[in-house]
Amino acid sequence: MTALSHDVLIVGGGLAGLRAAVGLCDTYDVALISKVHPIRSHSIAAQGGINAALANNPGGKDDTWEKHAFDTIKGSDYLADQDAVEAMCREAPGIVYEMEHWGCPFSRFPDGSIAQRPFGGAGYPRTCYSTDLTGHVLLNTLYERAVMKGVRVYPEWYVTGLAIDDGVCHGVAAFDLMNGEVVPIAAKATVFATGGYGRVYFYSTNALINTGSGIGIAYKAGVPLKDMEFVQFHPTGLIGTNILMTEACRGEGGYLVNSRGERFMERYAPRAMELAPRDIVSRSIQTEINEGRGFDHPLGTYIKLDLTHLGEQKILAKLPGIRKICIDFIGIDPIREPIPIMPCQHYSMGGIDTNARTETGVPGFFAAGECACVSVHGGNRLGGNSLLETIVFGKTAAGAVDEYLSRRPGAAREEVVLTAARKTEEKMTALVAGGREKTFSLHGELARTMSMNVGIFRERAEMEKALEDIGRIRERYRNVGVSSPARHMNYELMNAIELEFMIEVAHTITHGALLREESRGAHWRRDFPKRDDEKWLRHTIARMSGDGTCGISFRGVTITRYQPMERVY
Amino acid sequence: MIPAAAYTFKILRSDRKRPDERPRFQTYRVKVIPGLTVLAVLMRIRDEIDGTLSFRSSCRSAVCGSCAMVINGRIDLACRTQAASFGTNTIILEPLPNMEVIKDLVVDMTPFWRMYEKVKPYLIRQTADPEKEIEQSEEERSRIDQFVNCILCACCYGACPVIARDPEYLGPAAMAKLERFILDSRDERPEDFLDTVNDEKGVWGCDTVLRCIEACPKDVRPTDSIVNLRKTLVKKKARRLLGIKK
Repeated sequence: MTALSHDVLIVGGGLAGLRAAVGLCDTYDVALISKVHPIRSHSIAAQGGINAALANNPGGKDDTWEKHAFDTIKGSDYLADQDAVEAMCREAPGIVYEMEHWGCPFSRFPDGSIAQRPFGGAGYPRTCYSTDLTGHVLLNTLYERAVMKGVRVYPEWYVTGLAIDDGVCHGVAAFDLMNGEVVPIAAKATVFATGGYGRVYFYSTNALINTGSGIGIAYKAGVPLKDMEFVQFHPTGLIGTNILMTEACRGEGGYLVNSRGERFMERYAPRAMELAPRDIVSRSIQTEINEGRGFDHPLGTYIKLDLTHLGEQKILAKLPGIRKICIDFIGIDPIREPIPIMPCQHYSMGGIDTNARTETGVPGFFAAGECACVSVHGGNRLGGNSLLETIVFGKTAAGAVDEYLSRRPGAAREEVVLTAARKTEEKMTALVAGGREKTFSLHGELARTMSMNVGIFRERAEMEKALEDIGRIRERYRNVGVSSPARHMNYELMNAIELEFMIEVAHTITHGALLREESRGAHWRRDFPKRDDEKWLRHTIARMSGDGTCGISFRGVTITRYQPMERVY
Repeated sequence: MIPAAAYTFKILRSDRKRPDERPRFQTYRVKVIPGLTVLAVLMRIRDEIDGTLSFRSSCRSAVCGSCAMVINGRIDLACRTQAASFGTNTIILEPLPNMEVIKDLVVDMTPFWRMYEKVKPYLIRQTADPEKEIEQSEEERSRIDQFVNCILCACCYGACPVIARDPEYLGPAAMAKLERFILDSRDERPEDFLDTVNDEKGVWGCDTVLRCIEACPKDVRPTDSIVNLRKTLVKKKARRLLGIKK
């Protein structure tokens, strides 16, 4: 086994990873690893837009980055670190202009400026967009930039382990899916941009690749995770497939309607109505469903997302992607019929614990994007802030890595990555020889218990049940086997490896949720329905102990100028 | 309960690492409920029947472009194709043509990406960037609409009869991408850039039989881009012959 070696290794080919790579490839030997071709990354699926206080919208001429920061912090239910939020919102206009200069085809206002639409939880229409394909155009633009700069990509390589020794990161072990080989890769700096963990839940808008295994790999290597209990449930996933129906549907004027024909948001957020933040809208929809005001369907109970009053012209101009998805996947044309939706898992607020410089506390190891928790989203992320976070912190990671390497850290030690690769080899051998348990059935059980017991509304007994289930699944995982010893393009093998990390991700979410005895943002406890700033205005930090159990400690929230107040919309 | 129907899936299987074994159809029998996509059935086959089956997938919502294949003779994304949409309970799946098969339904897309890179698929500017956005009118933006929608799934590349006989032909996706930048009011690539596609490997290679348009799951019309690029080149040549400066 011979090790590859690079100055910088970036893991993940979505927006955060590509932005980091583009920022470093002129100066360093950079390699980007991605388990799918970068253009297949989940960033592609983002629809609605990216927030920046450009003040282009005639209805928002006095917008400022400070107002953006306030909306973000209030939206976070005051759990976000305010210095980090301020930095992100201050950088936002520059980031959007930079993407535009690199070719991003934003939609336009009649004056030729970048178009901006209203979005949930925002006091101003500041979400820049390209119809309802904003992630698609941003990812294409950054990939184009990476092609232009000749960024070296290892497509369809999957990282199986972090090589940390003496508290320093030396690189990773990777699995080259096409050739079926395990390859150690040494790097002076490693950046994780591995995305969220949606597939830990049964009902999720996320791509199948979003297993959160990057988060689990870091955790198992001893890197702490932050605020894992904060899981965003998007109000409007298409019934059956759970495909995302962008918040822009409501931003453009869509209604949510129950089986009595009521726009029920009137009762929950009388001013913001359908454009309240996602945690509030999701709880409202779930309450309507739970109290019998949903519509019955063989695939589940739903609420209607009604766009019909917007008219054909507006739907075709602003929401063409949504219309196409509805026609392709459920045979409904939203110009004529309302869309059947239900809330489902959408976003991971928690993740690898980093500071606002994307540093993890392990020298040589950085994290950015959805896999990281800075925290800029706190208890609940606002729509339009995730695309922003990926690019801002991808760029920040490039700066932080540059600074780290300019301090001339020692060379990455090859024997550490070789050891990590040997561990992967052993694991694969064991899986091939393995027992009768099947990855898909264990994954199904894990995801179902998470959706049922650690969902929108939570309480102690249910979460204890989930913890028990997870413990049992972890035991059974020891007997997982795969069908074929041939490793190339063996997705069953890759799924089996990822499941180990998904189990730990599910465990940290549930453990944190059980411990946090309050309701804040997306974390809602039926048994503790009030926010408790005195006890819980702090981050939970989960660290794996030597014996494999999860230890939780706490850290205060950074507050600059926005004092916590009651959150009404 | 939703009524399930019995389906037969015949999947063409092969393995680049086993060149001695000939590709063969393997048959799987599965129960399918209405609304289930071909991708969803593939996942069930891999999970519950045969873990050795290889196919790509990611977004399962027709935006990432991973799962292009031939489904009952028609090229499409498996994730957006309903199993019940064929009027038959037998579904035949084959890998995308015009590329080497790595394993089962997974093809080597390296040539596709090589052609993509050939057209310099990025915005090229000569003038310095303004402090804010480069202005673009709504009308200018709308010119690139359909070409921006391309998800690089290679359905068109697999459907193209020209690539089948000339692997060095640029192909529909790359030319649609080029047109996306040529039409972009912000792009300032040198005018002679089009000379790089002014031959049989480029715009003049197209048979204009519109297979790419038929195959595109995103309503992009690559042939239109090729015809437009031809017109631009012809106009340029006419101007040169007539001695008209731009």
